[in-house]
Amino acid sequence: MTTSTEADPTEAGRRDAGDPRGGRFDSSLGLIMLLLLVVVAQGPVRRALSAPVAQSWTTVFTAVVLQALPFLVLGVLLSALIAVFVPPSFFARALPRRPAVAVPVAGVAGAVLPGCECASVPVAGALVRRGVTPAAALAFLLSAPAINPIVLTATAVAFPRQPQMVLARFVASLFVACAMGWLWQRLGRADWLRPPARPAFHGHGKGAAFWASVRHDVMHAGGFLVVGAMAAATLKAVVPASWLRGAADDPVVSILALAVLAVLLSICSEADAFVAASLSQFSLTARLAFLVVGPMIDLKLFAMQTGTFGRGFALRFAPATFVLAVLVSTLVGAVLL
Amino acid sequence: MNRKAQAIVLFLVGGAVLRAGSTDLYLRYVKAGLRPLLLAAGVVLMAAAVATVWYERRTRPAGEDAGEGEDGHGEGESGHGEGEGGHAHREPRVSWLLVLPLFALILVAPPALGSYTAMHTGTALQRPWGFPALPAGDPLPLNVADYAGRAVYDHGRSLEHRRVKITGFVALDGHGAPYLVRMALNCCAADAQPVKIGLTGRIPAVLEPDTWLQVIGTYTRKRTKDPVGGGAIPYLEVSRSRPVPAPRDPYDESWNG
Repeated sequence: MTTSTEADPTEAGRRDAGDPRGGRFDSSLGLIMLLLLVVVAQGPVRRALSAPVAQSWTTVFTAVVLQALPFLVLGVLLSALIAVFVPPSFFARALPRRPAVAVPVAGVAGAVLPGCECASVPVAGALVRRGVTPAAALAFLLSAPAINPIVLTATAVAFPRQPQMVLARFVASLFVACAMGWLWQRLGRADWLRPPARPAFHGHGKGAAFWASVRHDVMHAGGFLVVGAMAAATLKAVVPASWLRGAADDPVVSILALAVLAVLLSICSEADAFVAASLSQFSLTARLAFLVVGPMIDLKLFAMQTGTFGRGFALRFAPATFVLAVLVSTLVGAVLL
Repeated sequence: MNRKAQAIVLFLVGGAVLRAGSTDLYLRYVKAGLRPLLLAAGVVLMAAAVATVWYERRTRPAGEDAGEGEDGHGEGESGHGEGEGGHAHREPRVSWLLVLPLFALILVAPPALGSYTAMHTGTALQRPWGFPALPAGDPLPLNVADYAGRAVYDHGRSLEHRRVKITGFVALDGHGAPYLVRMALNCCAADAQPVKIGLTGRIPAVLEPDTWLQVIGTYTRKRTKDPVGGGAIPYLEVSRSRPVPAPRDPYDESWNG
């Protein structure tokens, strides 16, 4: 976890492999042995997972990964396209030069990326590496999963009697995204944003660079997606639903409760409106908070942001986003709902 | 993890996703509409694996094989901003976790959410958009959410004097009282929520949770409050029931419109 920069590469490699004797750990061999071991031990593994709790945990875990994977792959492909085929000069021309203006432009541009939040993380990472102002890339990161047409349509379908919910969601999400962009521009420090080391992909032709970027991003973001899916499955299995019953009565507590629930459940932004609609004992404002917080910050996203932008960034960015999203949805809810 | 191992993981995960998408396995976890995206994602992952091996062979003359791929420089996670060096990059240890969904899909293939989740989650019944006139037919096939919606919010007006036929799985509460349940799903199993109907009348003597049942019965005024979440659960006066095989799609996706 904390390999120091000055350690020589082979030393670091050894420690990564967790081999105290310093022999080289062949990860292909390790992988094959692991696969064989699990195949041999599949009987006991299946038995251990046959208890109802374990079974529902595994089902939810598999479901979260399987659902997010296509969107992750889409995001990774877009990110590789940006990294390899779009020259940095394109973004310099496409975005206004002044960061304060670039932020809302990037925020609105989030509407063109269809799909859910897993796609936006790798794309935002590629934008930062391609020289886009981090403030603008972050506005894009936050707005894309919340204001694209698919998600807004799903919201309209889920709330057939409250069309103002769609407008409130759009306004609140876009505003939080831009506000976070501006906040980053004012307060953010470049050294917080530390994208993990990335190999140089150039030198072997564009095809090689493209696929190397795809492989790198899938392995990287995919691993963090698995972490997030495990956390979400655990909470779904452990947190009793009755926990929510008491929270619905108090207006302030209900907003906070649904905001926290959105973080814990890590539901895809295309589906969260239906879940919000079913939480009918809660006020519309509380449910708006659920819809605004969920696509911007949840366990799965936090894990993926850590992987893409570094832990120092995620630890600061996630709480700020959460607080701002709750405040803005309360205000927008008071005005529009 | 070196590139060879990464290629193996990518290939296997891609293959597992492709297999799940080309059989009905994926319906246990995600909505039916996701199928084309799953297939495409599986193909892309396998292509990335093939491309990795292909470029690895092309860019590296034979004999030099032992070195590069495994020489890392610390973990990506710790994030020191180099990476422009001549040596190849080692993916962080977190990449190893990608084998977990692989095992889950290929070896375990957990079943769709069933009675355990259903009894730990409150009924998600919502007021339907409207109550269109029911077609003719006796017994009339209805889905769980349609019956429950009409029974609770229309006070059974459209259900009077009709025999209905409903399919769902059995769930038993703490006292052994049987419910007929269908999980409604919008996107993936993480957002699946149950809609429950209480069973009364001529119910079979022995009911195993999670077995699928087709019941024929009539509307009854009896209803109860779900102990979890406090939602309304209507009852059905059962006259006949028979076990049926699980449907192809275990979830009710009618909410997807």
